[in-house]
Amino acid sequence: MALTVEQIADEMYKQVEEAAQVKKKLKPGDLTKTMIKLHEDEGVDKKMCKAAIRELVNNGRCVYTYFGGSFIEIPHKEGASND
Amino acid sequence: MPKEYKTPMLDELEKGPWPSFVKEIKLAAKNSPMSNDLLGLLERSYNERIGHWKHGGIVGVMGYGGGVIGRYVDVPEDFPNISHFHTIRINQPSGWFYTSDALRTLCNIWEKRGSGLTNMHGSTGDIVFLGTKTDELEPIFSELTEAGFDLGGSGSDVRTPSCCVGPGRCEWACYDTLKLCYDITMRYQDELHRPAFPYKWKFKMSGCPNDCVASIARADISIIGTWKDDIRVDAEEIKNYDKAGMDIFNDVVLNCPAKCMKYDAKAKAIEINNDDCRHCMHCINAMPKALRPGTDTGAVVLIGSKAPIVEGALLSSVLIPFINLDDEDEREDFFDLIEEIQDVWCEEGKARERVGEFIQRVGMGNFLEAIGVEPIPEMVAYPRDNPYVFYEDYYDDEEEDE
Ligand code: HEM
Ligand code: HEM
Ligand code: SF4
Ligand code: SF4
Repeated sequence: MALTVEQIADEMYKQVEEAAQVKKKLKPGDLTKTMIKLHEDEGVDKKMCKAAIRELVNNGRCVYTYFGGSFIEIPHKEGASND
Repeated sequence: MPKEYKTPMLDELEKGPWPSFVKEIKLAAKNSPMSNDLLGLLERSYNERIGHWKHGGIVGVMGYGGGVIGRYVDVPEDFPNISHFHTIRINQPSGWFYTSDALRTLCNIWEKRGSGLTNMHGSTGDIVFLGTKTDELEPIFSELTEAGFDLGGSGSDVRTPSCCVGPGRCEWACYDTLKLCYDITMRYQDELHRPAFPYKWKFKMSGCPNDCVASIARADISIIGTWKDDIRVDAEEIKNYDKAGMDIFNDVVLNCPAKCMKYDAKAKAIEINNDDCRHCMHCINAMPKALRPGTDTGAVVLIGSKAPIVEGALLSSVLIPFINLDDEDEREDFFDLIEEIQDVWCEEGKARERVGEFIQRVGMGNFLEAIGVEPIPEMVAYPRDNPYVFYEDYYDDEEEDE
């Protein structure tokens, strides 16, 4: 069964969530590599992963963050902010 | 009534004949409480010799992963107006050409929604807006979009491509830097706004080896114009330089790094051995009326430079010795190669490893093999330098033949 972009996005979201619980941050490249490793035979490729990440960020479920490198995270309040 | 800060230390920086950022911030402070607090904070930092800024990593606009750089002051109770002081990078037009109307539009948005302070242009090339609050980011973004502008790059993305003014104003341009800059910007829109690389990824384009955007020192991909045929010589103009008192032998000929020029002092004539010329531009810069680049022009593509951040500085080295970027096929080959490099670097590069550092780590020979490019002599940076390329394969082949 071929995976849809929405399904890839959902699974990526879970990975981001799990990583956050152990205070880890994932890069777009990490998510892409993992998804291809798990689901290559179900038709998952770089292009679909890119589309999935775009979807996660466009609908606000995830945000890009920058701490020396760029990461995909669940929106949260940051330590440095003065709010 | 805004607080009035005494700034004796900053005032020192208004003295002298040169432009002063203090003068400019004071001017902005008349209308902007943010700029006013910035003066107070800066004076305090100069007194205490302590910086009071914190880096943020989360602020941005919806959907984009670049273009906004988060900054916060660590003493917001004393300087509430600059509690947030985020920077916005805005994609500059190729070659920095504006109408005055466009500039006014930018300034109006910024005076309304930020400190009013700009940096035209940052070293990245972008229009830089210095200092705003998180709540203003989306309104600024939509007003900029309305006016036809877009955010630039930051983080691990394609950084805003930048180019020299090229054929727009400069007769030395060997290819259309403005067009290539625009084309790269449009082709990599997704990569520009959605960071997906191990680290930043910069393209800079210069029309000739004078390299006015310093691409060889700070772009991962440097594209520098050059020519293949002979330097054009106007014999009459050489005589005119001599008449005007130029010391042609000492100041031009002796400074040629390739020692490939001869001067006939009697005839006031220059002879150039073009095969040995290094295309350094020295003689052309010295006598622009007499000497010009050739007419068979194109560009050199180089890879791997960076300013010192994690590791030391690197200069770019040659990847493609000559390419005619006006030819559609050659352009497509160029983009294919760029995308091949991106794939290899994304696959094998470490976090925060620029492509130049990656090449150093794996070796130029291995890198070239991975991207499917044959090593050639032009890639050797210095004579008798180790080119990192081994030729065992060739010997093996020969042995089998025998
Ligand atoms: C020890 C302190 C700092 C050092 C050594 C430092 C160094 C640098 C360097 C080398 C760059 C890159 C320049 C370039 O090539 O574009 C840069 C860029 C930048 N820095 Fe800093 N910086 C420091 C503190 C700060 C502070 C306190 C702020 C803001 C409050 C700041 C804001 C920025 C911004 C916004 C840019 C990007 C500018 C552009 O796009 O042109 N930096 N910094
Ligand atoms: C606290 C110390 C420093 C700070 C905060 C700082 C900050 C910056 C910033 C913000 C820029 C970008 C300016 C722009 O947008 O045009 C810059 C550029 C630059 N800085 Fe510094 N700098 C510091 C120290 C130094 C030192 C010590 C050197 C050299 C010895 C240096 C050399 C340069 C150079 C060469 C550039 C231009 C880079 C380029 O054109 O790509 N900086 N610096
Ligand atoms: S790099 Fe060369 S072509 Fe471009 S502006 Fe400078 S001198 Fe002119
Ligand atoms: S461009 Fe440079 S290397 Fe070539 S002839 Fe002129 S001075 Fe010599």
